[in-house]
Order: sequence, then C-alpha cells, then structure tokens
Amino acid sequence: MYNKSKNLKGKVMRVAISAVDNNLDAQVDPRFGRAGYFLIVDTDSMEFESISNPNINAMGGAGIQSAQLVIDKDVVSVLTGKCGPKAFEVFQKAGIKIYEDIEGSVREAIRTFQSKKLSPSEMAGGKPHMSIS
Amino acid sequence: MDIVIASGKGGTGKTTVATSMALSVPNSVYLDCDVEEPNGHLFLQPDIEKKETVYRSVPEVNCQLCTYCGECARLCEYNALVVLKSQILVFKKMCHSCGVCSYFCPEKAIYEIDEPIGSCRQGVVKPEYIEFVGGSLAIGEMSAVPLIAHVKGHSKRHKVNIIDAPPGTACAMVEAVRDADYCLLVTEPTPFGLHDLKLAVNVLGIIGVPFGVVINKVKDEINLIRDYCNSNEIEICMEIPFDRRLAEAYSKGIPTVKIYPQMRERFRDLIIKIEKSINTISYTAGDVSQKKVRESKEIIRD
Repeated sequence: MYNKSKNLKGKVMRVAISAVDNNLDAQVDPRFGRAGYFLIVDTDSMEFESISNPNINAMGGAGIQSAQLVIDKDVVSVLTGKCGPKAFEVFQKAGIKIYEDIEGSVREAIRTFQSKKLSPSEMAGGKPHMSIS
Repeated sequence: MDIVIASGKGGTGKTTVATSMALSVPNSVYLDCDVEEPNGHLFLQPDIEKKETVYRSVPEVNCQLCTYCGECARLCEYNALVVLKSQILVFKKMCHSCGVCSYFCPEKAIYEIDEPIGSCRQGVVKPEYIEFVGGSLAIGEMSAVPLIAHVKGHSKRHKVNIIDAPPGTACAMVEAVRDADYCLLVTEPTPFGLHDLKLAVNVLGIIGVPFGVVINKVKDEINLIRDYCNSNEIEICMEIPFDRRLAEAYSKGIPTVKIYPQMRERFRDLIIKIEKSINTISYTAGDVSQKKVRESKEIIRD
C-alpha cells in the first residue's frame, strides 16, 4: 500500500522551521542560528518533533551548529526568517534548500511551502556577525 | 622584567607612556602588542632589521581517511567544523587553533596546516639602542591572540620589557597582560576613563597581575580617578598633567620625553619603583608560585 507520509523516493518529507515556541501555532523565529526552537515537521502528516536550540547563547558559530543540528535530522528544506552566511554555506554544501523571509505561524508557513509558491534563497540574507575571540 | 602598559579605555595614553618608558632606561625592549593598530613605531622610528610572517595552525582533513563520524565537530568548542554525510567543512575564521580535532580524530585524518595571520617586525631604535618588536595583524583576521603571543615571545629575560597592550579588557588584552610582572593601567579623569578602569582592575584581579595606575591628562584638583584609587587602595604611580604641547607633539609622532627631557627621570624612577615593588610582592604577599620560583633561584645561587 502507498504510504502517504512518504514521497516517491520512499523518504519522509521533513522540513526544519525555526520557531519561537515548541508547537505548530508558534510564530516562525526570524533568526535561524539563535532561534528558540527548531520544529522538524513531516509535511504530509504534520507530525513534528521540537528541539530546543542549544546554540542560543553560543559565543560564535551558532548558525553553523544549528545547521549541523537540523542536517542530522535528515531534512530536505529549511524555513526561517534570515539565515546567516555560514549556516547558508553549510546548507548549500549539504544540498538543502533554504526558504527565507518566512513569517506567521509554523502551520501557515508549511501551508505556504506546500503550495509551492516559495522560491529558495540563492544568497544568504543575514550579514556575518563578529565573534568575540 | 615584563611591564605591561594597558588600559580599559582607548586613547588614554598607553603608547605615550610605553614609548616614554622605553626611551628612559638603557637596555629596554619595546614590544608593540597593539597588533590591530600598531603605532609605537611612529614615535620610536626604529631601523627595521627583520620582518617575519606569523602563522597559526588550522585543521585540514584528509578525505581519504575520514569516515565522517563527526567526532571533531562534536568536540570543537568554537563551532569551526561541520560534518555532513560525505564532506567536512572547516570554518577557519572560527578556529582558535586549539588542536582538539586533530588530537582526538579516531582515524588520524586531521592534520594541521599553517595559516598566515600577520607579521612581526624587529629593529633597533637609535641612538638609544632600544630593541623594537612590533606585530601587525592581517586585515580580516578575527583573533589577535596568537600574534600577540608571538610578539611577546621576543621579550628578553634580563632586560626591561615594555609591552604596549591593546585597549579594552577582552582576549587580546588578557593575552598581553598575563604572565607579566607588573601592569600599569593608563587612564584619564573622565567618567569613561573611570568606568573602563574599573573593568580593567577587575580583569587584573582575576589574572593576578600586580598593577598601578597612571592618570594622564590631569587638569583639575578634583579628580574622580584619584578618589576611586584612594578608596580602593590602588596605587597611583604617576600623574601626567594635561598639556597642549604634548598633544601637538603626539600628533607629529614626537615622544613625550623628547619634548620634556626632564620627564625621563620620572619614568626612570617609575621603573625602579616597579622593580622594587615586584621584589617585595614575591617575597611577602605574592602568590605561592612566584615565591617558589624565587626560592628555587636562591637555592641555585647558594
């Protein structure tokens, strides 16, 4: 029987979204690297896993670590407000599409994403941050 | 003897004091550790004899040995490594050259390569024959710390090493100050001068370097730095009056002691006073390690 939660390759369509809280009605966090939570959502079943972001107070490289975190969750796309250049580079190398300037609730964001109206970013939106060394 | 000239606030007169001190005693070594914007050479005008490139270590991955286990990325304290399914990314700008990744790599797939970070110039200031060492950080480099460590490596054991530290109280200042015998904190009698002096005093208290204060640009009888130092039992080593002639000379790259040669004596006395206080510190209230070093020296002498 065809499993609805899997796409044609037999793989679950998982999307990572930066969020200010740990549920689907939370607002999308405008920051990627230092977002409060990451929701890993199966876009077909709307089942999700929430991860409290451990990098929120990182001295530097929060974006890099957060990118590693969501990549390890096998996502295919990332929805967020702004993604910094280092995290962007990581996603590009990993072949993951990033959708920026996402606003509203996580549920709305997924609906917009599913309508295929969004186009992925080609350049990092955020400016590099100086780390205190 | 290593004397560091530091300050919390920038532009209070570190280089003025440091160059004057170097010019006031024979056999001094001037080390410009303000590597982000070095300017000691403008006042001392050394004849540069040697220029070397300074490197730091960054990881390089041998992809034929790497199994992408991700151990290096997990251990990296500075988030400089990302491990994907079949590639590994090194963010050199984030790397602090700690070496943890190459040390702990289970496959020994990570080795270290040299990355240039700046230059170090050595020369002599004539006719005083002061040794000059100055670091200059390359544009875009994130951390001055390894370069400051390199410049400090040129200090001479039996000479008076005058270390011109970078302003502030962050990593670069800490690197310049640590292991020093004494630190002079240069400040000015303004609210900003006082605020940043307090920060610097806290840092030195934690590192455990003995220190005193130099108040520059003193204008009035009432002086908030003096009040702070008196109520916290901090020694004021010197006060330099506000003087337009000194400011004009500074703008032309003329050291203070060349405008007022009589000030050489004051700076010389300051160095002698510091030397004496270092000796009493290590004999009495000083920390155990310093005392032990001195005791072991005495045993050798006996």
